[in-house]
Amino acid sequence: MAGILVFVEQRKSEIRNASLQALSEAKRQGGAVSAVLPGSGIGEAAAGLGAWGADKIYVADDPNLDLYSSDGYAEVVVKAVEQAQPSAIFFAGTAMGRDLAPTVAARLGVGAIPDAVGLELDGETFSVRRPVYSGKATTTADTAGNTPQIISLRPNVFAAEESAGAGEVVALDGLSLSIRAVVKELLEAEGGELDVAEADVIVAGGRGIKGPENFALIKSLADALGGAVGASRAAVDAGWIEHSHQVGQTGKVVSPSLYVAAGISGAIQHLAGMSSSKVIVAINKDPDAPIFKIADYGIVGDLFDVIPPMVDAIKAL
Amino acid sequence: MNCIVCMTSVPDTASVIKVGGDGKGIDGSGIKWIVSPYDEYALEEALQITEAKGGEVTVVTYGPDRAEAALRDCLARGAHQAVHILGGEATLGDSFTIAKVLAAAIKDREYDIVLCGFKGVGTDCGQVGQMLAGLLDLPHVVNVLELEVGDGSLTAGRDVEGGKEKLESPLPSLVTCQKGLNEPRYAALKGIMAAKKKPVEKIEVASLGVDEGAGGFYKVEKLELPPAKAAGTIIQGEDDAAAAAAELVKLLREEAKAI
Ligand SMILES: Cc1cc2nc3c(=O)[nH]c(=O)nc-3n(C[C@H](O)[C@H](O)[C@H](O)COP(=O)(O)OP(=O)(O)OC[C@H]3O[C@@H](n4cnc5c(N)ncnc54)[C@H](O)[C@@H]3O)c2cc1C
Ligand SMILES: Nc1ncnc2c1ncn2[C@@H]1O[C@H](COP(=O)(O)O)[C@@H](O)[C@H]1O
Repeated sequence: MAGILVFVEQRKSEIRNASLQALSEAKRQGGAVSAVLPGSGIGEAAAGLGAWGADKIYVADDPNLDLYSSDGYAEVVVKAVEQAQPSAIFFAGTAMGRDLAPTVAARLGVGAIPDAVGLELDGETFSVRRPVYSGKATTTADTAGNTPQIISLRPNVFAAEESAGAGEVVALDGLSLSIRAVVKELLEAEGGELDVAEADVIVAGGRGIKGPENFALIKSLADALGGAVGASRAAVDAGWIEHSHQVGQTGKVVSPSLYVAAGISGAIQHLAGMSSSKVIVAINKDPDAPIFKIADYGIVGDLFDVIPPMVDAIKAL
Repeated sequence: MNCIVCMTSVPDTASVIKVGGDGKGIDGSGIKWIVSPYDEYALEEALQITEAKGGEVTVVTYGPDRAEAALRDCLARGAHQAVHILGGEATLGDSFTIAKVLAAAIKDREYDIVLCGFKGVGTDCGQVGQMLAGLLDLPHVVNVLELEVGDGSLTAGRDVEGGKEKLESPLPSLVTCQKGLNEPRYAALKGIMAAKKKPVEKIEVASLGVDEGAGGFYKVEKLELPPAKAAGTIIQGEDDAAAAAAELVKLLREEAKAI
């Protein structure tokens, strides 16, 4: 098949893991793999992509590309597409990738398929599996013969693995950046808090934790497991924690390796956000709570009695 | 300050989804269609903008006849005008075709801001807004949690992984709205009565020069329900929570290999 171009995302020259997953998946599909990397002062980061399977790395290194803009970054990707002539473009389904993929698609006059959890190549055509109706169903679809096929990949579904690529760096010049919506400021979360959308382990608390102060208990378990803190909408609406932690139909859709739901009943809108997690653990004092129906493991009990000894047992491992 | 709100109607979020006879779409029987939850934030924001600055809110939806109920709901909440582009059953999830249709219907109207939902609940795409902005040649800001509209430009705030961004964009712009931007109002009885008398402009999709039957940009092969999950291992922890916790950690380590 013709090649796959992968949009690679960096922040402060650090390549995001979700982009390495997308590169690795492109490589596993067999054809030539190229990467496109916009940013500022990113020469070294670009050179490193050869170790992740990229044969060619199109680099746009420009101070105006230091912070993300949909206009600036889309222009870079379109330029790389002109040169690479790929049959498909992969994006990591991060906040940036989910904004950029359809923006690029409109400029190229094609469609786009978001949130892929499975890819199958038939000749030149990708059949893309993705959850719809907030995970209540799964659909398989393709781009109806339009190319390039623009696909964004859900983070943490495809494995990142190093593999050799030719690693040739090509500078993209002749860009005429016209950036209309401009990022004026980027405030980093304190302590580089891990976001649920990127976390491999999530411990989530719901109304059953009774008050905002008890998110400390949820965090102690998350910390012991090296994971992020999630929440049900009830906990968010009560003002106990910010919406950025909410998992579910009107929150984030996540699929970590391990999801622990504590004091969460398992309403259909919550399940919509986490039912595709690999291992689900429920801690709830109501044996009839619907969360137990989709849990792989569960404890019927009081979370205030269960979580502290759990933390101790994990630390003792 | 004229606002255009793009609204899609979706199955009520509590709906149980069943696969329809063709194996590609859902079985619509018994489903209540509502204003997509994120589009409620878009409508509310537009109403607040026009209340503060004057101007009109026009709600545009592209969909089959059943979409009219959600459109009336928007009128009842205070939207000034409603446009119903008839069609759309075949293009569910075909974001680019939808964006083309909306662009054709919007391009000759007067507007300062176009507001969309962050994603349609159901299609779960989060694409139509960005594509529409591209087709209308507008700058866009997705996922906004804070919005301030000034003269000639807007400032917006949003969350990104591990941080927050503040953006500025010239008007006209397109924004997509995230939960937390505002508290959507419900329709009051007076609004519901008034909405019954407000006209809905109907447009046939073919008259916009978009051929729905042309294949589009997104071909669904099949729709499936997730496989039923085997029953999990449930440990009774009411009497001895510590023992239950230890057993759970052991299972997660040795059996599930999750920690
Ligand atoms: C349009 C729409 C969108 C929505 N989107 C979302 C969404 O994105 N995410 C989301 O989560 N919800 C969403 N909801 C809300 C959803 O319907 C539920 O109301 C919500 O998930 C309930 O949160 P909860 O499980 O924390 O609270 P509850 O349902 O009140 O459950 C609390 C649970 O805690 C247990 N409990 C209490 N005390 C203890 C204890 N000491 N130890 C152990 N267990 C205890 C109880 O047995 C109970 O099961 C949405 C709803 C609508 C209508
Ligand atoms: N058929 C439609 N009619 C009007 N607006 C739509 C339609 N489909 C999507 N939109 C708008 O685009 C947003 C994103 O939809 P989607 O890309 O399907 O997730 C929605 O929240 C709406 O604001």
